[in-house]
Amino acid sequence: MMHRCKPVLSAVALSLAMLSQGAAAAEEQFFPIPGYRVGPYGANGQAFYGGFVDYLNYVNLKEKGVNGVALTWEECETEYNNAKGVECYERLKGKAAKSAGPIHTMSTGISYALIDKSAQDKLPLAMVGYGRTDAVDGSVFPYAFPLVTTYQMQASAIVRFVKDKLGGSLAGKKIVYLYHDSAYGKEAIVALEAEAALNKFALVQIPVAHPGNEQGAQWLKIRQEKPDFVVFWGWGVMNQTALKGAQKVGYPRDKMIGSWWTGSEEDVVPAGDAAKGYMAATWNVAGKQVPVIADIEKVVYGAGKGNLQDKARIGTVLYNRGVSAAVLSVEAIRKGQEKYGKGKALSGEQTRWALENLNITEARLKALGATDLLPEIRTSCDNHEGSGKVKIQQWDGAKWVPVSGWIEGNKALIHPLFQASAKQYAKEKGITPRDCAKEK
Amino acid sequence: MLYREAGQFKTSYAADQQLFPIRQDRIGVLLLLAVAFVGVPLLASEYWFSAILIPFLIFALAALGLNILTGYAGQLSLGSAAFMAVGAYAAYNFQLRVEGIPVLLSFACAGLTAAGVGVLFGLPSLRIKGFYLAVATLAAQFFIVWCLTKFPWLSNNSSSGVISTQPIEILGLAVDTPREKYLLVLAVVALLALAAKNLVRSSTGRAWMAVRDMDVAASVIGIRLMPTKLLAFAVSSFYCGVAGALYAFCYLGSVEPDGFSLDMSFKILFMIIIGGVGSILGSFLGAAFILLLPIFLDVALPAAAGLFGLPFSSATVSHIQILVFGALIMFFLIVEPHGLARLWQIAKEKLRLWPFPH
Repeated sequence: MMHRCKPVLSAVALSLAMLSQGAAAAEEQFFPIPGYRVGPYGANGQAFYGGFVDYLNYVNLKEKGVNGVALTWEECETEYNNAKGVECYERLKGKAAKSAGPIHTMSTGISYALIDKSAQDKLPLAMVGYGRTDAVDGSVFPYAFPLVTTYQMQASAIVRFVKDKLGGSLAGKKIVYLYHDSAYGKEAIVALEAEAALNKFALVQIPVAHPGNEQGAQWLKIRQEKPDFVVFWGWGVMNQTALKGAQKVGYPRDKMIGSWWTGSEEDVVPAGDAAKGYMAATWNVAGKQVPVIADIEKVVYGAGKGNLQDKARIGTVLYNRGVSAAVLSVEAIRKGQEKYGKGKALSGEQTRWALENLNITEARLKALGATDLLPEIRTSCDNHEGSGKVKIQQWDGAKWVPVSGWIEGNKALIHPLFQASAKQYAKEKGITPRDCAKEK
Repeated sequence: MLYREAGQFKTSYAADQQLFPIRQDRIGVLLLLAVAFVGVPLLASEYWFSAILIPFLIFALAALGLNILTGYAGQLSLGSAAFMAVGAYAAYNFQLRVEGIPVLLSFACAGLTAAGVGVLFGLPSLRIKGFYLAVATLAAQFFIVWCLTKFPWLSNNSSSGVISTQPIEILGLAVDTPREKYLLVLAVVALLALAAKNLVRSSTGRAWMAVRDMDVAASVIGIRLMPTKLLAFAVSSFYCGVAGALYAFCYLGSVEPDGFSLDMSFKILFMIIIGGVGSILGSFLGAAFILLLPIFLDVALPAAAGLFGLPFSSATVSHIQILVFGALIMFFLIVEPHGLARLWQIAKEKLRLWPFPH
């Protein structure tokens, strides 16, 4: 009985505390969070948004917000459903009129649906590692930020990693691209095709139909092709099935490299020993050895304000990814306050400026205790991505171990693809691109 | 007292055959339209337009389409979302590839394209019935989504298969605010709903109902089954196609094939089951129930929880919402298996006699 009452009481205390806090501090920075914790991908959302909210709480507890501006937020459940996402966005929009942090939907579909709306409403849309990737070109997409890195740059970075592994040349080699046959899986194809033409390797594309729990034919084909590497773009149940499929046909797992949506604990643990040796790209490392993650556990969970019910998930890939996304968002608020006045909440328009002028250096990451959690980031009007770097991590059967430093994709090859695509979008929509030379 | 047709004499065939023969109904419909066209745009907020009213109208139209096929012609279909996808992608392609085509014309063409595809997938209905037909229409669901992903031409070679719809312009006026989009959707839906109301009481509609009730008997009295069934598929798919075009252009602004999933088809089917199979009004009531109730619960539950000081996270609210929603569906199906439209009909009959039921 006591157990049941406790969370209730603490929540009441928490809300009271928040109320009094709200009365004391006039300025509040609001974060609209259209997220998901139920539905088919609910487990992923719990870890991601758990990390996100925990970090916001952490900043509130540790430093009383950003320069005294308390961080507030409201979550709305989207269930990874586009229509629900739009409804949530519209609902949260009213509250975000005064002050708004970046919006993270963690869904490519919802981001696509919000791109035009958010630009109209002047609310910044962050798509950290997903979303409409040609929004890297900020002249056409002022309010959309595919921060850190994109699918295309990731694919290019993976190719570079493979190239190093194979002795510096890919000429005459063969790479199989095994992908989820959806918007997500197809995004990387243009980049891989460009890399194949440049590096003269053969690219074999093998799609897997959603949801991907039947891959017998695909793996037989892979066995016939005998590729030097398999680049793998899976999602959900498809990931463990692929690992088991590879085991069945005897394809070595240490020659499979997945995207960052195939490289979390949720993907490899169900595959058992079939996953051992498997590699995946990531833009944030896992584990509690990162100082800020350990500190969150101490400060936030110590105060009983943790967002996760299952504490064991602290330090998982997706949890750390949520923390990284929150670090980016809070740093943007900090940056914006430097320009628009310290101790003042930022409007969506001001946050947009901040996101476009982010400069998170290695020194800053160290000060935050986030060294190696995420790469350095420096954004600008014509580069909303800001980094383009990933790490390759390997599953040793119990945890993810980074096996490379930060690898940058071939920007000179990939970014023109974004610009061409953004230009086409601008033409279709009748948008006149901004002149980035004039932006500051 | 208020709703009594005594004293309303019909002196001509035209008067007897009009769409709403009872005067009170005519006034009611006109009032409703006036409120929808004038009152709502003046009062509603942006949130109401873009998150509630527009999707409600669009799904009501899709439900109407399915209701024509399932409710009136008796052909069970699980492909409604796929036909919406055809409409959405067709409208996008007409806008893209035909220079200077008016938006409304491309919506109509999208409807016709969907109708064509619908007829194609309606062919099995000539040989199979009931649940077997439902399974056959499942093929449409999977095939169309696969097709839209497979052929990049359909999405103008978009690397992700996602299309972003073009801006809407009608007679030189840009339709870009939620209010204008609402009015556009409302006009299309009102027009098509009245057309459907008219259609189902014409000889075509009567033929559909005859086929629905017993197709052998229908063919004995001289109704040709093939054209009748295929016409039902065509009209139904036309409605779904237009709904899909509106869904893409006026609601989301960008759609991907996977968005038109089997889930969505089921949702539309549930709308007509809850609203009332074989009723135009039922399509609207069902859409309102399925779409609006979750949102209402979503907003009301945290407020109620706050009142009692319960700590509800958004995930808990979502779970409770699904629970309550499921319970309400079962409640309605047990209390009134013929749907919400039937409740309305009963209310009308009671009103006729009120206040002297004997």
